[in-house]
Amino acid sequence: MDIRIDGISHCYGGVEVLRDISLDVSNGQIVCVVGPSGCGKSTLLRLIGGLEKPGSGQVLQMGDPPVGSLNPLTYIFQDFALLPWRTVAGNVSLVLEDHGIGAAAAQKIIDDVLMRTNLSDFSEALPKQLSGGMKQRVAIARALAVNPALLLMDEPLSALDSQTRELLMDDLIALWTRQPFTAIYVTHNLGEAVRLGHRVVVLSRRPGCVREIVDIDKPLSERAFGDADLEAPQKHLWQLMREEARAADAELVNG
Amino acid sequence: MAEKKLGRPVAFRGGGFAPVPRRWAGFAVFVSLILVAEWGTRAGWISALTLPRPSDVLDTFRELYASGMLFKHLGPSLSRLVVGAAIGVSLGISIGVLIGLFSYIRSGLVPLVAAIFPIPKIALLPLFVIWFGIGEGSKYALIAFGTFTPTVVATYGAVDNVDRTLIRMGQSFGLSWWSIVRKIVLPGAMPGILSGLRISLAIAIILLVAAEMLGAEYGIGAYILEAGSLYDLERLFAGVVILSVLGVVVSFGIGLIERYLLDWRL
Repeated sequence: MDIRIDGISHCYGGVEVLRDISLDVSNGQIVCVVGPSGCGKSTLLRLIGGLEKPGSGQVLQMGDPPVGSLNPLTYIFQDFALLPWRTVAGNVSLVLEDHGIGAAAAQKIIDDVLMRTNLSDFSEALPKQLSGGMKQRVAIARALAVNPALLLMDEPLSALDSQTRELLMDDLIALWTRQPFTAIYVTHNLGEAVRLGHRVVVLSRRPGCVREIVDIDKPLSERAFGDADLEAPQKHLWQLMREEARAADAELVNG
Repeated sequence: MAEKKLGRPVAFRGGGFAPVPRRWAGFAVFVSLILVAEWGTRAGWISALTLPRPSDVLDTFRELYASGMLFKHLGPSLSRLVVGAAIGVSLGISIGVLIGLFSYIRSGLVPLVAAIFPIPKIALLPLFVIWFGIGEGSKYALIAFGTFTPTVVATYGAVDNVDRTLIRMGQSFGLSWWSIVRKIVLPGAMPGILSGLRISLAIAIILLVAAEMLGAEYGIGAYILEAGSLYDLERLFAGVVILSVLGVVVSFGIGLIERYLLDWRL
């Protein structure tokens, strides 16, 4: 299933945040969206997943989601959004309960995704017992459980320290290598963008519009921490963003 | 002598502002207050009319227990308390959740709740007698009405405080409306609802005495009122002590429920 974003514009009470964004995301690709703070990256993600209505334009699902996809458009949130009163397994189970799959089948899915995210030993732990990185692993496991056609990742590593971030990037690459998934990955961190993105979409400052799309051809599995080949695209991205970021920084909030 | 640098230890200036439970402190306060009263009444610097002697109150209580009257009073009171509070709390939680979830119900009922909250429910007792009869009905209604308003206010406040990102998460995974309410909103509101319950149930005990002012032969409230009108301070205090103990027991019970239901909290 592909996703087509077709001329989306959006306003919040008179403030234009997104202007005429068009973008195609094809199957099995990770598209990173970067841009200065307040450029509407997260808003764009909420629009794509149907959590908000666009002011104009539309988001189209091209083709049918794969058979067995319980929730084609699935989010991974920056703040994890785990239910603190449910265990790790319970949090994964939550998103399976409304789909009328039997208890045995659900348990099989839970075991499988917890194994894929190396969480099998923690299935009965409560979120308060987990570190930030582990919490985000649970959120990733929960997202994988519904077999999504498109993962919408809203700064998933921004709440984590830099070492944990590296570990989780490795995990994400390993997950993708084993079974390629489609994702839109919003971040302000250019390092993450060049490590994980097949393409990187640069948004301008508010009102956000597509400034440039950079393709990075090196296969994900061959990219590594401090990769020299990624230096050039990262530098290029930073040059694109530098002035935008400076200008965005100098703007008044709600100005 | 070798020149040694003399260091001065940095003075500690953090700490405090973080109360920790001291198990016996509460007990010690009770005991010392009672001992002071006992000493004062025995030594004579507290006259018998000012305060009854604690040991006399204890004797009265023992008498009450030995004659079997204690449970004759306690039984009806407890059943009134349980039935009245159960009606008021369950209605209050339901209405509170509805106010928390629906804009029209919120706009329609919040002013009404604000209007009936400050009414001293005791003032409405005659009305309740007309509506529900002089028997148990009016007593249940009074206690139910008194616990209803604080429960509503606590519940909709608690629903308002449920983390919106969790609700968005539920929606983004395609959970049904009812699932979101049952699995995200209600558990998320539980801490606020339970702390509201502490207040509601204390009010229920206060109203129990008021409810038994009218046409109750037995009950802690009736016992206290009778003692009060006879200026029998020992019996009055024995009754008051029972109410206090009831309050402590209820609060302890809610503490247990909190520990069981809310062990996921940090």
